Amino acid sequence: MTRRARLWVLAAGLLGTAALFAAACLRMPPFGGTWHPYGDRAVAAAIAQRTANTVSSVNFDQRALDTLGEESILFAAVLGTVVLLRRTPDERRVAPQPASVPPALRRYAITVLPLALLIGLYVVAHGQLSPGGGFQGGVVVATALHLLYIGVDHRALERVRPVGLYELADGVGEGAYVVLGAAGLLAGSAYLANTLPHGTFNTLASGGTVPLLNAAVGMEVASAVVVLLARFLAQALEIVDEKTVDEKEEKEKE
Amino acid sequence: MSVLPYLVAGWIFLVGVYGLATSRHLVHAVGCLAVAQSSTYVLLLAVGYRRGATAPVFSDIPPGTTVVDPVVQALALTDVVVGATVTALLLALVVQTRKRHGTVDPDELSGLKG
Amino acid sequence: MDRLLPLIVAVPLLGAAVLVGAGRRMPRLAAETVACACAAASTALACAALARATTVVSWAGGWRPRHGVSGGIVLVGDRIGLGLAALASVLVLAVLAYSWRYFEEPPRGHSGAFPALVLLFQAGMCGFALTGDLFDAFVFFELMGVCGYALTGYHVEESRPVQGALAFGFVNSLGSYATLMGIALLYARTGELGMAAIGRQLDAAPERDALVAAAFVLVMTGLLVKAAAVPFHFWLPDAHAVAPTPVCLVLSGVMVETGVYGVARVHTTVFGGPGGIPAAGTRRVLVVLGVVSAVTGAVMCWQQRHIKRLLAFSTVGHTGLFLVGVGLLTDEGLSGTCLYVLGHAGAKAALFACTGILLARLGSVDEHELHGRGRDIRGIGLLFALGGLALAGLPPFGTGLGKAVVEEGSAWLPALFGLVSALTGGAALRVAARVFLGTGERGREEEPETAGGEEEPETAGGEEEPETGRRIRLAPPPMVSVAVALLAGALAVGTVPALAEATYAASSAFLDHAGYAATVLGGRAGGGQPGHAAAAHGGAWWTWTGAALGLLSAALAVVLAAAAVVGLVPSRGWSAPLRRLHSGHIGDYVAWTTAGIGLLSLLTLW
Repeated sequence: MTRRARLWVLAAGLLGTAALFAAACLRMPPFGGTWHPYGDRAVAAAIAQRTANTVSSVNFDQRALDTLGEESILFAAVLGTVVLLRRTPDERRVAPQPASVPPALRRYAITVLPLALLIGLYVVAHGQLSPGGGFQGGVVVATALHLLYIGVDHRALERVRPVGLYELADGVGEGAYVVLGAAGLLAGSAYLANTLPHGTFNTLASGGTVPLLNAAVGMEVASAVVVLLARFLAQALEIVDEKTVDEKEEKEKE
Repeated sequence: MSVLPYLVAGWIFLVGVYGLATSRHLVHAVGCLAVAQSSTYVLLLAVGYRRGATAPVFSDIPPGTTVVDPVVQALALTDVVVGATVTALLLALVVQTRKRHGTVDPDELSGLKG
Repeated sequence: MDRLLPLIVAVPLLGAAVLVGAGRRMPRLAAETVACACAAASTALACAALARATTVVSWAGGWRPRHGVSGGIVLVGDRIGLGLAALASVLVLAVLAYSWRYFEEPPRGHSGAFPALVLLFQAGMCGFALTGDLFDAFVFFELMGVCGYALTGYHVEESRPVQGALAFGFVNSLGSYATLMGIALLYARTGELGMAAIGRQLDAAPERDALVAAAFVLVMTGLLVKAAAVPFHFWLPDAHAVAPTPVCLVLSGVMVETGVYGVARVHTTVFGGPGGIPAAGTRRVLVVLGVVSAVTGAVMCWQQRHIKRLLAFSTVGHTGLFLVGVGLLTDEGLSGTCLYVLGHAGAKAALFACTGILLARLGSVDEHELHGRGRDIRGIGLLFALGGLALAGLPPFGTGLGKAVVEEGSAWLPALFGLVSALTGGAALRVAARVFLGTGERGREEEPETAGGEEEPETAGGEEEPETGRRIRLAPPPMVSVAVALLAGALAVGTVPALAEATYAASSAFLDHAGYAATVLGGRAGGGQPGHAAAAHGGAWWTWTGAALGLLSAALAVVLAAAAVVGLVPSRGWSAPLRRLHSGHIGDYVAWTTAGIGLLSLLTLW
């Protein structure tokens, strides 16, 4: 289609969608209203399960199956990225050159790294108590490691990041969630049932299986993000066309 | 004014779609898709809002306090993860598109037609 | 069994986790064995659940409803949902068997990557088929999508797969976000996420207003994108033409059909009651889109020379027919569609399996280039031709039975079904005659220029790399036996009366809006005992007219194929405008998707 024709089709579609959606909005319950039946049930259930962070209770207890699917989406996407960004036969791997980093940046990165790592682990561990959990904390942990790349260089990052190990952890995290779910079955209840003792409200050991599932997700997310970034970094830094390498070598000879 | 947040969500969706359809750069298109998706966050959170309520975390407030709907927040979290993963996957495909086609302009991709 | 239902989804996920976790150390043979074992276990579970007389309802986490409401997610194993899960699992098994040592070299250190992605795909499809929660359906829908994009782009060393996967990814993601908007609207109105619960809330205070209509349109958008209904279908031929052939088996055989299933499921459980969308509105939407898709798919299918793209367009055409069948909103329409889907899955997957053998052996999927080069593998040619005849609705294939049952619904249906069957089946037969018999002209080498001097839009299939790495001399036994088994399955669907009877009973239970809610939320045993409803009605079985119409469309397909081979069919110029719309441009596809939302709104509100 020509650009003009596409714009006409698009305009018609956008107008139709806009009209439909606006009409729907006018029939919506008023913003900020008090009627939230599911929300009220979820809050009551969370408190009964002694999980202070209601959102975690919804994610890892009441709607834990959603989270299994969600974790699997991340798992599949990382696996897909590994497959899509693999080195093809016509490409070669070269060692990336070390680059100079401003000292201030280096100092900052090295100071912040352990702190960020700790915060990430804290966020994972306190998912049942305070805002956060496996997904949020896992991302913080993974990005913390990459401060090494920003502050030092790629080789330093590689030293703390054996990708094979993280792939193993990725699989273990995903598998642990599935197996923890099956533990509910073995305990005589349903799949993904919260069968552990619920503990004391507002303490680290509360919420039954919620902290365990959070830990599994945290492990999976942290390793998945590490593997994901490793693939993109490898594409940016290491993997080059055979032709480019040959050209470079020729130049060097000259 | 009570429908404004919903209308904003719809507007974000339409803007994202417009950008996606008219994009001349695939990375930009991926960004537009993310914009379109962020409308769903806005809509979900707007639907779950309760006037005068606080965050649904009871570690520092007594049980019984009025809180906003935690379910939509859980849904939004799932939605964020979905968005991030789809973005990663599409960007990986864009990287390969650049290598195989030598371009990231959708106008110049002509391998499949008819 | 109730408690074990989630394992149908969990087992493949666990298998994928093992394959990825141990990927570096696992020899290829072990990886492929683990994958097959997990897929088989999941298949066995689905079949065991199917063998039970009643609907299996399983609340994940044990969050059973109290006073009719629950905070949890429910998996509902009714006959049709379980049947779809079983179909998906069987096809996944077929793919794993077919691709046994198929790919030349898995990504270094990731011998399990391909089977792991296939297992995740299976989990996504089974989860989508079984879930009774709208948001959970979105999650599994996305899982299916993510695996689909990655598998489609698997051959990154070539240029087309990445383009096809991008189109697939963009259009499907956009559709699923539209679905999520719709889910949010429904949540705002009803405060619930379970399909049965939403339906009940909508019925409690029936208000058929713009909000319900918008929710319907937006939720349906994503499902119709997956079902590749015109004008949401553009991604499908691009993705199917470039995906590795084993993946096409699943994409065409069952993934697209899960979209149709989603449409039917969401319509009946959520919008089927007095508070939903009037039946006339739904019928109008599905029948109009179905007819347009069927005709577009069939015409485009006939015009292709790239064999995988040809089969992809035939999927568009047949999915259109499925939408029409579902859109009739009758027991006969739905049960006929189910049989049709089963038969189509066998026939289409077998055709793709044969195409994969062609590609592996001859390094091409171009009808013109392959002319006569399949003479020495006539056995495969016979399978291909049988697949083509099955597509054309030849009795006693399952496709023919499904077609015959749906056609009874209305007087104009036989014409549409016959046309689409004859065109798509005829196209496949034409390929078989040209490639395996070498009949007729070799085909145009040079593209004739159209009157306007523009180049004709066309995707040839010549410069494909064999996916096996090097060309094979003899078709490996697993590939051939998979193709034979799939065709045998398609034949079985049309020849086992018990299956048709059970499908009829399952369909009337499926369409029972209030019954579904009572089963899920009230714990009432449900699920349509076979023999009960069917005995009263006589079931859905071959009639003389149905069989005659099937024979007629098959004969028409043979005539069309013969006419094309000897050059009696008019030139392709007349279809150029339609072909030009399939431009491969992502912006175009997005524009059409948006226009599709507008069209859906018009058809819904009329």
